[in-house]
Amino acid sequence: MKPARFDYVRAATLAEAHAALAEGGDDARIIAGGQSLVPMLSMRLARPAVLIDIMHLPALTKIGVKGDSIRVEAAVRQAELLAWPELRERQPLLAAALPWVGHAQTRSRGTVCGSVAHADPSAELPLTLLALKGAVELSSQKRRRHVAAEEFFTGLMSTARNDDELIEAVEFPCRAAGHGYAFTEFARRHGDFAIVACAAVASKDGARLAIGGVADIPTARDFAGIEGDALDDALDEFAGGLDARDDLHATAKYRRALVRRLGRATIEEARRCRA
Amino acid sequence: MPRLSADARHRIRFELNGHTVEGDAEPRMLLTDFLRHTLGMTGTHVGCEHGVCGACTVEIDGVPARACLTLAVQADGARIRTVEGLAPAPRRLSVLQEAFRRHHALQCGFCTAGILMSLDHYLRHHPDPGEADLREFLSGHLCRCTGYAPILAAALDAAAKLREASAHA
Amino acid sequence: MTATGNRWCGQSVERVEDAALLTGHGRFIDDLGVRPGTLHAAILRSPHAHAKIRAIDVTAARKAPGVAAVITGAEVTALSASLVVGVRAPIECWPIAVERVRYTGEPVAVVVATDRYLAEDALEFIEVDYDPLPAVVDPLDALDPKQPALHEGLGGNVASERAFRYGDPERVFADAPHRVSVTIRYPRNSCTPIETYGLVAEYDAGEDAYDVLANFMGPFSLHAVMARALKVPGNRLRLRTPPDSGGSFGVKQGVFPYIVLMGIAARVAGRPVKWIEDRLEHLAASVSATNRVTTIEAAVDADGRVRALAWDQLEDVGAHIRAPEPATLYRMHGNLTGAYDIRHVSVRNRVVLTNKTPTGLNRGFGGPQMYYALERLMQRIAVELGLDPLDVIRKNLVPSGAFPYRTATGATLDSGEYAKALEIALADGGFAELRERQKAARAQGRIYGIGLTAAVEPSVSNMGYITTVLTPEERRKAGPKNGAQATATVSLDPLGGVSVHTASVPQGQGHRTVLAQIVADALGLKPSDIRVVADFDSAKDAWSIASGNYSSRFAAAVGGAAHLAAGKIKAKLARSAAAQLNVAAQDVEFADGRVRARGNPDNAIPFSRLAAASHWSPGLVAEENQALSETVFWTPPELTPPTEKDEINSSLCHGFIFDFCGVEVDRVTGAVRIDKYVTMHDCGRVLHPGMVAGQITGGFAQALGAALYEEYAYSPDGAFLSGTFADYLLPTTTEVPTPVILHIETPSPYTPLGAKGVGEGNCMSTPVCIANAVADALGLASVDLPMTPAKLAAHIHAEQPTRGRK
Repeated sequence: MKPARFDYVRAATLAEAHAALAEGGDDARIIAGGQSLVPMLSMRLARPAVLIDIMHLPALTKIGVKGDSIRVEAAVRQAELLAWPELRERQPLLAAALPWVGHAQTRSRGTVCGSVAHADPSAELPLTLLALKGAVELSSQKRRRHVAAEEFFTGLMSTARNDDELIEAVEFPCRAAGHGYAFTEFARRHGDFAIVACAAVASKDGARLAIGGVADIPTARDFAGIEGDALDDALDEFAGGLDARDDLHATAKYRRALVRRLGRATIEEARRCRA
Repeated sequence: MPRLSADARHRIRFELNGHTVEGDAEPRMLLTDFLRHTLGMTGTHVGCEHGVCGACTVEIDGVPARACLTLAVQADGARIRTVEGLAPAPRRLSVLQEAFRRHHALQCGFCTAGILMSLDHYLRHHPDPGEADLREFLSGHLCRCTGYAPILAAALDAAAKLREASAHA
Repeated sequence: MTATGNRWCGQSVERVEDAALLTGHGRFIDDLGVRPGTLHAAILRSPHAHAKIRAIDVTAARKAPGVAAVITGAEVTALSASLVVGVRAPIECWPIAVERVRYTGEPVAVVVATDRYLAEDALEFIEVDYDPLPAVVDPLDALDPKQPALHEGLGGNVASERAFRYGDPERVFADAPHRVSVTIRYPRNSCTPIETYGLVAEYDAGEDAYDVLANFMGPFSLHAVMARALKVPGNRLRLRTPPDSGGSFGVKQGVFPYIVLMGIAARVAGRPVKWIEDRLEHLAASVSATNRVTTIEAAVDADGRVRALAWDQLEDVGAHIRAPEPATLYRMHGNLTGAYDIRHVSVRNRVVLTNKTPTGLNRGFGGPQMYYALERLMQRIAVELGLDPLDVIRKNLVPSGAFPYRTATGATLDSGEYAKALEIALADGGFAELRERQKAARAQGRIYGIGLTAAVEPSVSNMGYITTVLTPEERRKAGPKNGAQATATVSLDPLGGVSVHTASVPQGQGHRTVLAQIVADALGLKPSDIRVVADFDSAKDAWSIASGNYSSRFAAAVGGAAHLAAGKIKAKLARSAAAQLNVAAQDVEFADGRVRARGNPDNAIPFSRLAAASHWSPGLVAEENQALSETVFWTPPELTPPTEKDEINSSLCHGFIFDFCGVEVDRVTGAVRIDKYVTMHDCGRVLHPGMVAGQITGGFAQALGAALYEEYAYSPDGAFLSGTFADYLLPTTTEVPTPVILHIETPSPYTPLGAKGVGEGNCMSTPVCIANAVADALGLASVDLPMTPAKLAAHIHAEQPTRGRK
């Protein structure tokens, strides 16, 4: 279980990273924390010709508030964000979801942007980004662009990122006045990828529910002005519309059932949190 | 650092348990292999090579991390601690190691190095953990021998002893 | 022999093993240096469950950088013989695919290169032309003669079938007022040690001899299988083990085919070859416990008294019958009545081959499969007859005073107080309170159940039990097999120090500590005075086929042998001392590092001086008192071969376990939470309470994994689905509660120290105890492992749908 060969570039500046990406094309991969990429290398499921290490760029290490969003740069580790003193106040959903990401021993190295780039359908951070209608900031030698989370995740572990682009930062909208947030996850064991993960945002107009672990990409739905049995019916319809996976750990039917049951509970918790 | 080519070995240098060490590695070499077979530090064990079992956990730049999910080249310039650096002196054990021995918190000892590295870090930052905190934190480690109960007992005992020691310090 | 001085046995002394292990100075297989020029192996494995190999092209791989040799089935068949197969059937068993692959992960080619990275690179250059065949995955399908046969010589896929009857089961069933039966499908799982297999193999062409260092655990009956496969006499296969091994739980028995394979690779390459299995290889292709389909029926009186059992066991050993299989099926043969007094038993045993990984030793070895059926049956008897499950167990237990008790199928239950153990467990474990908790939980609408299990835990296997698979006539032809030689050597060095050598091959169980305790007690020394060497060398150590670390034989058999060897040394020293102290030998006592006259402690000689005498001044020691080294081979006479009526005393010792637990099933997710788990053990005399507790908590955690999380799963076409630790789920600290452990001690009359095995019991009792609780919670007649949330939720959600989906 050893990786195939690759070149290694430790980028000292963003420009170096962009240049190496431009040169490497789809044979190049960014490595940040490496918590998802290195096992894929060891299993030879990923076979890049060159790895570009962006963890030594002084430019990409900040967590900050930009406008109404928390901006998390590419070299920020998950544990660093979890330890950010303003986190719970700025965005309780992110604070609730982060402890579910892997284990302490992987959050210490894994980056927030790396998890978004990896786009595992069961991962908590892509789900949270989608639930909050956040955005991904991509940059390359040629340009810089923002992609809304809803457009970023395009399929099973695939995203709107072009080969010459790297994720420079992700932006999680800060808590909004009068909104409530809740996160619920069910996995076989603590720390496993979710069988079903639910992130809910409640406002006076209704609720938004994002679901991870069920289909190939995290999926969100807005339930405006629906309550009681009508909400159950809408959740049933939402769950039924998800292209749910059948695997060793759970059937598609079970996943859909959990979307209905946990989804409802998560929405209700988010509503309670509005108060 | 310039581009390191895939089929050559490159000099890697880092601080290991307080000493500067160096050796040569291809870019693809895992830190576990580099520690064990290049540097001869075999206390860090390899149980799964995909980041689940935790046996290879070491401390990198002050935080516990999976050595099997780290390339040796990524560690260049880092500060690393391994299980070989835990005991205060030869023929003496740390408070945590003593607690493990007293509570029979190890049997085969294969997963132990990683668990010790995690706990050593954790107890420094969380001197008075509850059992639930420890269970949550240690869920990133697999042990097949002990059933975990004695590990939790040893960790709680070590925490108490460390608190006592720092109160008297 | 009366012991004197300190009594170390029975104390939880700190382990001598721990200081090295805690400081990173353990010496595991991959920590040991190798000879210069040693090559590293990587294995190409089959992606198909079943396929003919049309051709293998290794030309490009042989030319790849760093590659010294590439080995395929052709080289292996040319240089070795098939592994011996334990049933009478025209089947071969090779350590690598020969012309056909029969399971996903089966070795197809081996590359040896200057390092592991290069060896893996070269695997990618090997081209294999497969012709896929339909796979047989389900053991019931394997009974169908229309399904493809895995081994053409066999015709179908049934490798062995035997029927047994004890007492008069037909009559008892005919007369029975009630019949209750269950059918269970026990899944595949494994105890997956955290250290994988590893070995270094070398071939000496000049002497035609192999020298292999491997983290093998025995049984050393397999040494004979390996030597025969390598076509050398036993003395030309030197097998050594490293000082430390990272867990085994039976599993490291399965490194043995790789010892043969890498022996051949080293021979072909002309250099030593090292191979460290990786985790993906381990999960896909090391060994699995057997999966088994069992139907068991009981003839029952109205009050729950079981009069007869009818067993029908269908054992799935995977793609090959690899030694020592089909031992999993026969290990429990003497114990098919569990902890119960049942005199009439019929058994049908069938062994089938399927396109899955070959099976082998795994903690519990046959016990988990057997007790799952028997104890589910006991619960169903209670439910179907409207009785309290506790009363059904009580009514059927082997009564106190009946020991030694010969079971219907031939085991001799050596000692026990089953009813007493059960009542103490109920009282001290808080059973009444647990029933109150259940009542309260149910009143709140929660899904809560209680499970019970009684089990007999066998230990110290009779090496002859496996021959029960043969008919009496076949056994007569083959010659009887029986016994279980345990060995230990106690030696004195020229400074009077004491060393112990053992062939018990520990994998974390603290053998060195316990042997030091035992010998210290015998010689009036401290454990720290004793040095125990546990790394094994077949060329130098005393060993026999039963040597190794399995069937929980250490405390009962190996500990006993060490005790006897120390006793022989002591007797000689006592006679020498008697002359010097001017007392009779029986008045010499050993205490506090001195040998002294009883009642006159000042009349004494330092132990070390007396112990060194036979080195320095043998002329002054009478010949019969020469004390240098004593090796004891001890085999219990109770372990006799199967009788003409197929009765078999399959194990020497029999511990008793009574477990109960309360579980809650989450109404939304179907997840099981263990609310309380109580486990009562009688393992005879306890030599080290801390280690016994460790065996119980460790076994319990593995059993919890088997109950709720772990399965080596295959798709219907034979693809392996549990290939990583993200798919094969081991329980962690957040899943494993701490069980309440209780003990009583009824020493075994058959072992030198009164100890019995304790390492495997919870792997037998706990899965079914949790299943009984879940069945009670949900009112299920049938439940199979692992009890995943999705499986259980199907029962909950079926009865209470959310608003109907269109």
